Amino acid sequence: MNKAEAIDVNLYYKDFQALKNINFSAEPNSVTALIGPSGCGKSTFLRLFNRMNDLIEGVRIEGQVLLDGENVHQKNIQVDALRKKVGMVFQKPNPFPKSIFENVAYGLRVDGIKDKHLIEERVIKSLKQSALWDEVKDKLKKSALELSGGQQQRLCIARALAIEPSLILMDEPASALDPISTAKIEELIYELKKEYTIIIVTHNMQQAGRVSDNTAFFYMGELIEYDTTKKIFTNPENFRTQNYVTGRFG
Amino acid sequence: MLLNKDIKQKAAFTLFTLISLMVIAVLFIILGFIITKGISAISWNFLTTAPSDGMTSGGIYPAIVGTFCLIVGSMIFAFPIGICSAIYMNEYMRESRLKGFIRMMTNNLAGIPSIVFGLFGMALFVNQLKFGDSILAGSLTLGLLTLPVIIRTTEEALKSVDDQLRIGSYAMGATKLQTIRKVVLPVAFPNIMTGLILSISRVSGETAPILFTVAAYFLPKLPHSIFDQVMALPYHLYVITTSGTNVEASRPIAYGTALVLIAIVLLANLLAGGIRSYFNKKHKIN
Repeated sequence: MNKAEAIDVNLYYKDFQALKNINFSAEPNSVTALIGPSGCGKSTFLRLFNRMNDLIEGVRIEGQVLLDGENVHQKNIQVDALRKKVGMVFQKPNPFPKSIFENVAYGLRVDGIKDKHLIEERVIKSLKQSALWDEVKDKLKKSALELSGGQQQRLCIARALAIEPSLILMDEPASALDPISTAKIEELIYELKKEYTIIIVTHNMQQAGRVSDNTAFFYMGELIEYDTTKKIFTNPENFRTQNYVTGRFG
Repeated sequence: MLLNKDIKQKAAFTLFTLISLMVIAVLFIILGFIITKGISAISWNFLTTAPSDGMTSGGIYPAIVGTFCLIVGSMIFAFPIGICSAIYMNEYMRESRLKGFIRMMTNNLAGIPSIVFGLFGMALFVNQLKFGDSILAGSLTLGLLTLPVIIRTTEEALKSVDDQLRIGSYAMGATKLQTIRKVVLPVAFPNIMTGLILSISRVSGETAPILFTVAAYFLPKLPHSIFDQVMALPYHLYVITTSGTNVEASRPIAYGTALVLIAIVLLANLLAGGIRSYFNKKHKIN
């Protein structure tokens, strides 16, 4: 069964149609890159899976968005419960002004988990998974805002992992970081793939090529082409895809 | 041409400097005046005894206690209502005409002269609700007066919280209430506190709203319940400088009272600054 799936999805911001008849699916333990020029709808599409578009006024959605085969827009789906199954990492690192420990524990605490051992265990595990543990193990009580930008972003990944999501969404997670931090995040994505399914929006073609198994090219709200990353980058079917990945427009 | 520009630049800069110095100078002149005139009146006795001999000697203890009661009373009323309204306005309400209208009315409320609040407080709390001249009526009136200030400062404090933090919290599966409680309020807290403390200094100095609602001309005993009248520093100051039994003889006491009042306001402001920098350091926000 597909981890994440979209069937005939249309999305409107008031009168403007931002997504046009999208059909998409992502297999478990795969990394899917969403590429395309600014305003093509790829971030909007990403946010369908944890219903972050709900926060924007005047959004109307048609079609089905499935997570593990279940429609996330069904009436009986509680949106906060859904978001606990879907971790999200944003463009700009946005750690809470709390300690490093509390940042990672946040999702567990809002889930009502009180068991100290469990929380500690999960925090440590998540920090190790996000390759941050060695750098912060002696200063877990320090403010997260003391960390560098790259460390903050890995902390945000740890925060998303702590709730043990089944799907991880990343919205240009490395675009605000320096090359070394970017490399670390990419390595991390490669490692995380073993346990998680990842969908990542990126503006960086090389990054899409390096980290993803499949790539979806969006243009003007349409999913123009969706195939293995190798095919998209070496032998795309559509001329627009070819122009974009070869840098002729974008 | 270049020279001309240089001269203009220098002239403008000098003018700005002079004007800002003048502002500071005015403040220091007032402070210096009050301190030099009032310091001789200040003693332990002055702070801890009631006025005597037709308010020409003795202390201002009941007025200090009275002002303190009014600060606490008005804040008990105005803090929760003000903060909750601001949270509702900023976190729950969508931008709409109604919100614009409420905001406009809040601003208008802040612009109403304090004596009008005094009259309103007298009509509603003292007469209509039959609280009489009392701490309760005075506190409610003062609370109404500071409500718009608290709402506006709290709203500004909430607005300055980065939306990315809210979005990050929602993405973790937090509800709106959890997000407000665990992320938004802690971040906004120093700025909210600053607004609250500034409104305390406002409350402690207001005379008009308490004139008809609580303030006593001369009442050497301390209040026993919220339905008692009290003396209050600003009103006491007004009384002994204009309509005391012997205005000339009361003069040093008047300056002493003014000094105490100013000291309370300054302390409140210092406290606000202290709290702000403490929490900013704690959260590492600049």
